[in-house]
Amino acid sequence: MPDKPKVAFYWCASCGGCEESIVDLAEGILDVVAAVDIVMWPVAMDFKKSDVAAMPDGSILVAMINGAIRTSEQEEMAKLLRRKSKIVIAYGSCAHTGGIPGLANQFSREQILNYVYEQTPSTVNPEKTRPELKFGTNGDSVTLPVFFDGVRSLDQVVEVEYYLPGCPPTPKLLSQAIEVLLSGKLPPKGAVLAPDIALCDECPKKDTKPNDLQFTEFKRAHWAQIDPAKCLLAQGFICMGPATRGGCGGQCISGNMPCTGCFGPTSRVKDQGAKILSALASQILAKNETEIDATLGTIADPIGTFYRYGLPASLLRRKINEETKANA
Amino acid sequence: MLSNLSQNTTNEKWEPKIVAFFCNWCTYTAADLAGVSRLKHAPNARIIRVMCSGRVDPQFILDAFAKGADGVLIGGCHPGDCHYMEGNYKALRRMRLLHRMMYDMGIEKDRFRLEWISASEGEKVRTVINDMVEKIRALGPLGLPKRFVEWDKEMESFEERVLGKEEAVHA
Repeated sequence: MPDKPKVAFYWCASCGGCEESIVDLAEGILDVVAAVDIVMWPVAMDFKKSDVAAMPDGSILVAMINGAIRTSEQEEMAKLLRRKSKIVIAYGSCAHTGGIPGLANQFSREQILNYVYEQTPSTVNPEKTRPELKFGTNGDSVTLPVFFDGVRSLDQVVEVEYYLPGCPPTPKLLSQAIEVLLSGKLPPKGAVLAPDIALCDECPKKDTKPNDLQFTEFKRAHWAQIDPAKCLLAQGFICMGPATRGGCGGQCISGNMPCTGCFGPTSRVKDQGAKILSALASQILAKNETEIDATLGTIADPIGTFYRYGLPASLLRRKINEETKANA
Repeated sequence: MLSNLSQNTTNEKWEPKIVAFFCNWCTYTAADLAGVSRLKHAPNARIIRVMCSGRVDPQFILDAFAKGADGVLIGGCHPGDCHYMEGNYKALRRMRLLHRMMYDMGIEKDRFRLEWISASEGEKVRTVINDMVEKIRALGPLGLPKRFVEWDKEMESFEERVLGKEEAVHA
C-alpha cells in the first residue's frame, strides 16, 4: 500500500484558536486522518522536532503553519518545515497578515520588554532582571529564543504557497482546502483559499446598506443597541466588511457584531487599513475641517481598528519609533 | 515611477523627494502656469497628474512613503470648485484621518500636506513646494526602503547561524 500523503501542523505566535479550528472539523477529522499521515502537531501529538528534521527534504505534502513570527524559535521551525514540505500554507490571520500579535509592531522590542519586566503594575523587579538568552546553573545551561524587534507574517520569513484566512479559518474552508490539495488540482501559487469578494457581498444585511452613509459619528458596538435587521455601517458602527474578504459566512454579522477584518483584504487591495479608512472617511457628512475632525474624533484607535489583523503585512509594516529611526 | 524612488537613496547628497498628486483641473494647471510664468521653485517634487484629488487612494500615499518618498503633497481644487462636485471633500475627509494615523505610525506631520490650489494660483504652487522642501530638509530622510532592509537583518543574521548549525549536523 503506498504511503499516505504527510501533513504537518505547527503553531508560532498564536493563541491556539487555529488549532481549535482544526478540531472543529468534528467527525470530519476522521476522514482527514484516514486520508493523510499527520507527522507533526505539537498541540495534539507527540512528534519531536528531531523527527521532522530526520525526514527527507520535500517529503511532507503540506505544512499548515499558524501564528506570526516573533521569535527565532518560530523562525527556525518555519524554515525547517519549509525545507521538508512541498506546500506551505499560512493558516489563519496571524500567519497570513500578522494578526493580533502584529499590533505589537506599534512598539519596539525595548518598549515591550521595559513595560513587561519593569512597568506593569503587578511587576516586582527591583534589580530590573531581563530574560537572558543563555543561563547556566549546576553545570547545565538553558537557552531562550531571540525575541525579535518586530512581528512578521509567515510569508515575510519563508516562501508560502497558499493562505487560509480567518481568526480562525472556518472548518468549511479548511475541509475545502484539504479536498483541493488531495485532489492534486492545485490553485495558482499565492492564492488565498477563500472567495475573492468583499464581505459586504455576502452580508445578510446587504440590502439595507444605503449608497451614501453620511456618518456624523462612529459608534462602538458596546455603546448602543444594534438593530439586527439593518446594515451596521448605516447605524454608525465601524464594520470592516467593505475592505475585508468574504468567505466566513458573515458569522460575526449574523451574531449582530460588526466585522473586525480577520479575513484580510481581497486580491485587489494592498493595504486593508488604508482601504477601510478611505471607505469610511469619504462618507462623512461634514464638509469643513472642524466638523470632519469632530466626526473622526469618535474613532478612538485608527491603527488598532483598521489594522487589527494586518499591521505587519501593511505597507508601512510597523511604527517608525525613535529606536528604528536610530538604525536608519 | 514609484519604483524608481527607492533607488538613489544612498546618501551621497540627500535631497528631499516629494511625490505630488495634482488634480487635472486646478493644481496641475496651476503648476503649468507656474512653468509658463517662469516661476522658479525647488525641483524636488515629482508631479503625478490625477483627474481629481478624490482619486488619490490613501494606499497611493502609504505606497509612496514605503517606496522611498520623504514627503507627499496633494493638490486639489478649492472647496466648492471641484469639477466632480464632491471629490475634494472626499479627499479632505480621508486625508484628515490618514494624516492622524500616519502620525501615530511615526511619520512626522510635515511630511504630508493637502493644499487647495486653483488653476490661476501658479505662485501658490511655488510657495507650497518650496516651503515643503524646506520643512522636509529640516526633518531629514524618511528612507523607509532602507529601514525595511535594516529591520530584516535581525533574521538574516539568524539564518546564517541556523543554516550553519544544520550543515554541521548533516556533516
